Amino acid sequence: MQALTNRVKDVDRRPMTFGEKIYLPAVLKGMSITFSHMFRKKPTINFPEQTRQFSPVFRGLHVLNRDEEGRERCTACGLCAVACPAEAITMEAAERKVGEENLYREEKYAARYEINMLRCIFCGLCEEACPKDAIYLSETFTPSNYNRKGLIYDKEDLLIPNPLTEKADLAKAKGL
Amino acid sequence: MILLALDWAFILQKLILIAVVVSASLIIAMYSTYAERKVAAVMQDRRGPNRAGPFGILQPLADGMKLFFKEEIIPNSSNKFLFILGPCLAMLTAMMTSAVIPWGDKLEIFGTTVSLQIADINIGILFVFGVVSLGVYGIMIGGWASNNKFSLLAALRGASQVISYELAMGIALISLLMMTGSLSMKTIVEQQINDKYHLWNVVYQPLAFLIFFVCSMAECNRAPFDLPEAESELNMGFHQEYSSMKLGFYLFSEYINMFISSAVMATLFFGGYDMPFVNEAALSPNVAALVGIVALMGKIFFFIFVFMWIRWTLPRFRYDQLMNLGWKGLIPLALANMVATGAFILYFNK
Repeated sequence: MQALTNRVKDVDRRPMTFGEKIYLPAVLKGMSITFSHMFRKKPTINFPEQTRQFSPVFRGLHVLNRDEEGRERCTACGLCAVACPAEAITMEAAERKVGEENLYREEKYAARYEINMLRCIFCGLCEEACPKDAIYLSETFTPSNYNRKGLIYDKEDLLIPNPLTEKADLAKAKGL
Repeated sequence: MILLALDWAFILQKLILIAVVVSASLIIAMYSTYAERKVAAVMQDRRGPNRAGPFGILQPLADGMKLFFKEEIIPNSSNKFLFILGPCLAMLTAMMTSAVIPWGDKLEIFGTTVSLQIADINIGILFVFGVVSLGVYGIMIGGWASNNKFSLLAALRGASQVISYELAMGIALISLLMMTGSLSMKTIVEQQINDKYHLWNVVYQPLAFLIFFVCSMAECNRAPFDLPEAESELNMGFHQEYSSMKLGFYLFSEYINMFISSAVMATLFFGGYDMPFVNEAALSPNVAALVGIVALMGKIFFFIFVFMWIRWTLPRFRYDQLMNLGWKGLIPLALANMVATGAFILYFNK
């Protein structure tokens, strides 16, 4: 029969020779292999102390962006929710009142904006769909949580710190 | 009138020695569990426990605490008395063997000479054998009292394994005893120290040592002979129904057994407390005794490491392979070794 791969090995069914029967050569060979492994470099990373370098295109936890004046960019158009294949994004739109111009960039804004991190597959389609540069996927991952409720992120969890009023927090979030 | 003329100082001295030896073997067994996990880890390119304390040093304490706080479950259908007796026996027999091992030469404290051996009985090795073969009762009773088929099967496997390998072990030892002419552990060590060429018994009896080593692995129920436990096929074997510290006792007794059999091997074949290339007679007795203890511990730790090394190298033997190796391999080999040794002694000592 034709072999499917070139890695086929025939099983040797001959009875064991004396050398094989006394097991010792094979045992010693095995022991030398395990011994040599004692000095190998360990691939494990001590996680909380060390973290693995992410690739530059890593797609992590979402952030909701603000413009340079600290106003929310999101206009609750719903394109991200439509684009989302996992249906993780929920939003409710509201109209900007007079006097709220310093909070919201456009006349319409998202009163409620939630991403269910348990559903999210971090595909980045919301980022691509957004016409207002309002949602981005950052370079960190979602921290674990004890209950499901804690993994539904609302606006407070997602919005970046205000570049005018919370400079220190922003710098910290950017890792500066 | 004195009814009992006891040498109280002597009794006190022995009691202290017993306390020291027992607690030392408990601590060593405790840290053997840590060492085992670390050895397993480095051999598999892992890091092993490193969270509890620096380098995970407190891991055994954490494990022990966990076992103590676990719920104690005694199955309804089990025989309660025997169920509790099982781990007790396993622990007892594991601890008892340490009585006849000479841990060092003599210490001189306040003008009295203290022998670093609890009991120098003239049938030391026979005592070890007797106690070790009692050890199988711990497994047997535990497995039987659990009233569980897996446990019973594992216990039966364990019993037959221990009995088969004890034979080869005994015969291998006979050839050693023919050379030394004594059953006292102390005498055997002293003979090795005072040997003409200053060689240890392993040089004269390499085959006997090899057989003894393989058999003691089987006696300790260590891999590749861990058929009674066989966690992958018998669900932990005879300790399947055990929980909490009773399970801890079983696991612990395995490590104590490993420590003790390493000590026996070091004593019988590797010169006991003899430090190589050091003339103990030239040192003051206390220093010599300490050097001896260090030497013996070094040898013991080496053997414990080898036990672990083998465990993390070899897969488990199949049951028929185990029996084949025991009855068709080791016993004839041990017999041949015995006959050869006898002929040799007869020829040269005439």
